[in-house]
Amino acid sequence: MATTSVMGGSVRRREDPALIQGTGIYVDDLQPTGLLQVAFLRSPMARAKITTLDASAARDMDGVIAIYTHEDVEHLGPLLAQVPIGKLRPLLADGEVNHVGEAVAMVVAETRHLAQDAADAIDVEYDVLPAVIDLKKAASDEVKVHEELESNVIHTWTYYGYWDALGLEDQTPLVDAAMGRDDAVVVSLEMINQRLIPVAIEPRSVMAEYNSGYNRFTVHSSTQVPHALGGAISKTFGMVASDVRVIAPEVGGGFGSKLNVYNDEVLVAFAAKDLGRTVKWTETRREAAGSTIHGRGWIGTATLVGTKDGEFLGYKLEALADMGAYSQNFTVAIPLLGLWIGSGQYKMPVSWTVDCVVTNTMTTDAYRGAGRPEAIYYLERVIDAYAREIGMDPFEVRKRNFWQPDEFPATMGCGFALDSGDYAANVDKLMEVADYAGLLEMRDKAREEGRYVGVGVGSYVEVCGFGPAVLAEIGFSWSNYGLPASFNGSGLVRVNPDATATVVIGTGPSGQGHETTWAQIVGDGLGIPVENIRVLHGDTREHPMGIGTFGSRSVAVDGAATFEATKRVKEKAAKIAAHLLEAAPEDIEFADNGAHVVGSEDQRVEWAAIAKAAYQAHTSPDDVESGLEAHTAFSPGNATWPFGSHIAVVEVDPDTGDVKLLRYIGVDDCGVEINPMIVNGQIHGGIAQGIGQAMFEAAVYDASGNLLTGSLLDYPIPTAADLPSFELDRTVTPTDVNPMGVKGVGEAGTIGTAHTIVNAVVDALSPLGVKHIDMPLRPQRVWAAIQEARG
Amino acid sequence: MEVSMTVNGREVTGDVEPRTLLVHFIRENLRLTGTHVGCETGYCGACTVHLDGKPVKSCTIFAVQVEGAAITTIEGMASNGELHPVQEGFWERHGLQCGFCTPGMIMSAAALLEENNNPSEDEIRHGIEGNLCRCTGYHNIVRAVEYAGAKIRGDEPAPPDWEGGE
Repeated sequence: MATTSVMGGSVRRREDPALIQGTGIYVDDLQPTGLLQVAFLRSPMARAKITTLDASAARDMDGVIAIYTHEDVEHLGPLLAQVPIGKLRPLLADGEVNHVGEAVAMVVAETRHLAQDAADAIDVEYDVLPAVIDLKKAASDEVKVHEELESNVIHTWTYYGYWDALGLEDQTPLVDAAMGRDDAVVVSLEMINQRLIPVAIEPRSVMAEYNSGYNRFTVHSSTQVPHALGGAISKTFGMVASDVRVIAPEVGGGFGSKLNVYNDEVLVAFAAKDLGRTVKWTETRREAAGSTIHGRGWIGTATLVGTKDGEFLGYKLEALADMGAYSQNFTVAIPLLGLWIGSGQYKMPVSWTVDCVVTNTMTTDAYRGAGRPEAIYYLERVIDAYAREIGMDPFEVRKRNFWQPDEFPATMGCGFALDSGDYAANVDKLMEVADYAGLLEMRDKAREEGRYVGVGVGSYVEVCGFGPAVLAEIGFSWSNYGLPASFNGSGLVRVNPDATATVVIGTGPSGQGHETTWAQIVGDGLGIPVENIRVLHGDTREHPMGIGTFGSRSVAVDGAATFEATKRVKEKAAKIAAHLLEAAPEDIEFADNGAHVVGSEDQRVEWAAIAKAAYQAHTSPDDVESGLEAHTAFSPGNATWPFGSHIAVVEVDPDTGDVKLLRYIGVDDCGVEINPMIVNGQIHGGIAQGIGQAMFEAAVYDASGNLLTGSLLDYPIPTAADLPSFELDRTVTPTDVNPMGVKGVGEAGTIGTAHTIVNAVVDALSPLGVKHIDMPLRPQRVWAAIQEARG
Repeated sequence: MEVSMTVNGREVTGDVEPRTLLVHFIRENLRLTGTHVGCETGYCGACTVHLDGKPVKSCTIFAVQVEGAAITTIEGMASNGELHPVQEGFWERHGLQCGFCTPGMIMSAAALLEENNNPSEDEIRHGIEGNLCRCTGYHNIVRAVEYAGAKIRGDEPAPPDWEGGE
């Protein structure tokens, strides 16, 4: 059945037929003849000098083709970071190791098993040094992680000083003065926002081949950023970017973990070139847990100052953020994303200081939300504690302090302006659809029966749609990989002679449904059925300048560019249709796989005829060049600022500490929606990852730096049985940052959830006087808090 | 070692090392790459196939252990160009995003419905809890299995719970 009315329609996904039948191709599915496989030897020590590294016995083993160590690749590295503060990761360990899981040697062999056998046979001796794991201890500089750095604190972000060019004012004196007021209520909480492992179900995988005759690479990688990878490889090997073709085929989840360019991707390319063979590496789950980036890892104190009747007077955050041992792609920049929403949806002075601290652990970087879930967690948790302190309803407190609809665009103390919003209306809708009053009544009744039921609320605003070109000045660009220095969007739209349309975009989706959403954008503009539209992405040869998919940016930036390109194709097609219909171009309207004259639908020409005419000079108008395509770039003037509010209902078993999540209700606002079905799916997945952090997940290193959570047994992501169905609704506040009014929705669910869950559990246990429990709220921890409260 | 079995209705044989896992035999010898490897330790369920009609995690079994058995993989679920009701349910109810866990999830869900074609939400959630998904939060997977159950029973599936129609 043809589908032409598509914008705002829940069109079934174009991606799915292959994925549900097992014919979608992921990198590890590729098995060309003569393929060689890689295994890495990794450090079992958190911090040590390498005193012996002898691969001679391993080199003689059956099927072993090559073994590489630091000396073999030193001339190529290190790979740069976009914000190169701290120590960059050497391609392979250069005489010392700084976390468990650091790559020491690379083995290439005829099969994966032989490569692993040989890696196990490499003789390495370590002279163990004291490791620095605890964040506070690391910040004290008692032991330094890297002797060559002045301090373990490699950078400090402040609300006013993060970017000198903005000339911002330090609001700390305003916040301090508020604390000194006679009528001030000051509420402080020290909280841990624990380190997490992203856990894409598809392990990362990369396969490279090099043709010496053409001097060209072809690299398949499970990446969110194919162009950045192509740039990094071309820069490493002194080539032009166009001679490195990177293909990201189906990518099995990313959540930020595949937004880095990793050393292993460059090393596999090196081996392919060195050996003249096709080489592949696929990480094991243990490597995914310990050698692919982690997220979060903050400890800090949030303080809210307000009056007794609920007016916010100021907010202060002082936190340490764990960077891990080495700086990779955006590592040091992650807290900055949180800083921009440091004041949340509230109009008040803010003092915000985050120290970036190195430790002997795996690098942290962007994991779904990236800095924003941390920032919102601290703020929204302490708002909840404040509301409890003054005895006011937590939604009422929030509504009292929100930016008002007539204040948008609302310039915050961090220098950025919130684009659009009606925060109170969003909360009102949630209170209505959830029957908030009824929930509180139910809770109170349960309390009278001696049950520990809690209703938690939370709001959030996030910043996404990266991004404004100016951000390149502070490291948000791929310029260190030799690519143009701004995160513009771009899109190419072509109508082919057979009346299908081809759309080429530079995104790197990992399940977000871009083939469907972009078909809707273009189909809606041109009146071509989505079935006749092919969307190509994730291939650097098809598209000259892709930025990739991260930071909920794709639709708001690349989608907007494609929307504009569609308009240009339409303008040209209108001239051709007008010529065929002997009408005026301004009177042409496109619908139902063709064009007609406005108000006269029988004066109609099919797309088949328009497309054919467009490619034959003798049938197109004299002033129109043949061909029918447009490539448009889009540079947004601002980021976008989605928001929303959530409610969680929980019951705690006081005897076991088990938390049962009874209901989860969200009203989110991501601006205009293109496909509500896909938007729902993004929010569902985001909420599940927020619940994962709140209730189950924690990446844990012991005091000597061993990763205790290296498998899915020790690192329990939520199962179907752990979660309820989610109840979603929306408000729609369009943005004027882009022509479609879309804001982005990939991370919203995660940013809105963790604090909502903790607020609910604290509410459930408030009759006992429990004020805070650090995540994850596993039974043992909740039970201990109950025991402590009972004394 | 030589091993032979029936996979998706066809007799197959192969020469494998004793340590070759069933999932690697399926993926590398038979080139049926719809069965995925997510953890090699039996937790994630991406490698789920049917062994003599029962769902098993094919990364926990050696190929030589299933000599003579009948295996069904995701590639064997559709027949005569018709999707299996569970495959149709996943498409109709947006039960997948990145698709990596999907083949294993479909195999587990199909086995669940084989035993009980009208499971409650709770039974569905417990029935698929051995299969991990990081994208969907399971909400739409549950809807997909409910859709498939209705189809198998010959009932009209419940409408989707999102805006914007089918």
